[in-house]
Amino acid sequence: MAPDASAAPAVQLRGLSKRFGASDALADVSLTVMPGETVCIVGPSGSGKSTLLRCINWLERPDAGEVIIHGARVGYHRSVGGAALVMTERELARIRARIGMVFQHFNLWPHLTVLGNVIEAPVHVLRVPVREAVAEAEALLAKVGLVDKLDAYPAALSGGQMQRVAIARALAMHPQVLLFDEPTSALDPELVGEVLDVMKELSREGLTMIVVTHEMKFARDVASRIVFLDHGRIVEVGPARAFFESPTTERARQFLDRYR
Amino acid sequence: MSFRWDVIWRELPQFGLGLANSAWLSTVAMTLSLLLGPWLALPLVSRRPVVRRASRAVVDVARCVPFLLLAYFVYFALPALGVRLDKWTASLVTLTVYNTAYIAEIVRGAWAQLPAGQTEAARAVGFTGFRLVRRIVLPQIALAAGPVFGNQLIQLIKDSAFLSIITVPELTYAANAVQSFYFVPFESFAVATLLYWALCAGVEQVVRWSEGRAQRIRYGA
Repeated sequence: MAPDASAAPAVQLRGLSKRFGASDALADVSLTVMPGETVCIVGPSGSGKSTLLRCINWLERPDAGEVIIHGARVGYHRSVGGAALVMTERELARIRARIGMVFQHFNLWPHLTVLGNVIEAPVHVLRVPVREAVAEAEALLAKVGLVDKLDAYPAALSGGQMQRVAIARALAMHPQVLLFDEPTSALDPELVGEVLDVMKELSREGLTMIVVTHEMKFARDVASRIVFLDHGRIVEVGPARAFFESPTTERARQFLDRYR
Repeated sequence: MSFRWDVIWRELPQFGLGLANSAWLSTVAMTLSLLLGPWLALPLVSRRPVVRRASRAVVDVARCVPFLLLAYFVYFALPALGVRLDKWTASLVTLTVYNTAYIAEIVRGAWAQLPAGQTEAARAVGFTGFRLVRRIVLPQIALAAGPVFGNQLIQLIKDSAFLSIITVPELTYAANAVQSFYFVPFESFAVATLLYWALCAGVEQVVRWSEGRAQRIRYGA
């Protein structure tokens, strides 16, 4: 789905910065993502891609800058008389419940079945009635092609299956935006496709997605825009086709050369 | 040399009662410890170093006191502070305090082994605080540390023998009473040993059964 230019932004990042010790993980990153967009974040390892994603839902607290999701600021209360008040962990949790995240290492909960993993947060965070949550989980697991695995434990699944469960788990919360942190980097090459297929489908349906990835073909085919990050800074942003065919910066050209 | 097993047979009810007392005291203390231990583990994993160090000290003291000394303390020394407990309450308090310190330490250890991604995934979907611990952390600790809890229960059953010194009629007390009354030390202590072994074998069996289930979860059915 093409982004709706007239709508309000889904995600706005303004001057986001984060330091780890002496080094800048993120330096003054600003980015606007419109509803329905799929934005891929690419760049060399250690360039701050994951940190950027983790600052959006405040798993990592940014040192400076703003994160605004559908008009609501994350992490701070509206400043009263200038001073912004940091949210409590409980308040942050309420916001995180609306921001989905899919991890490189899946992070499924091993003590719960596939179905258990998907209904856990709807039932115990959102207080959705179990019956309703189960019905929706079944539909979501059907969508990612895993209805026959409802009662399996994560340990019995392949990496690709685990990641598809993790995607269903995130979708069960009806996220306003879904963050993917290198979702295929831990997978055997032959399992990458099944996960990317699910993500392509979600992108087509108009879910707002921010994807950190090394899958350049996926980025090229699916992303509405590419963000190229290096040393914690946005070096280049542009439509996918333009970025891959005629990158404007030398740094991006060097980076892309390694994938040719 | 002739053994007088007839005496043992006659006094079997006393052994039975002792066994029952050992079993219920250990079971109740273990249950209480499993409920209390995780709470004590919370400060042990606190982000605040002061909290962590203070709780560390408490747990270490409780674990380092010999059980017998702790029992003496609770039953004979606390009255000096105006706390007078009957022998049953004193027994339960001693067993529970001693065991809870160990359970807390087991929980802390298992918690430290939990991959960071587990709690991170929970926080990312909106879990926080107590609910996160109860729904995501503790079940995984139970899954990982089941056999260790079983070992701890066996330890607890054996420690409960010390309670005979505060005249709680548990199994060791019963054995001692029978042997000194009839002067049948071999028969009496042999039977007590056998009964302790049976009790521990029962615990082992439960552990083995739950481990089988845990394995299926850990490695996929």
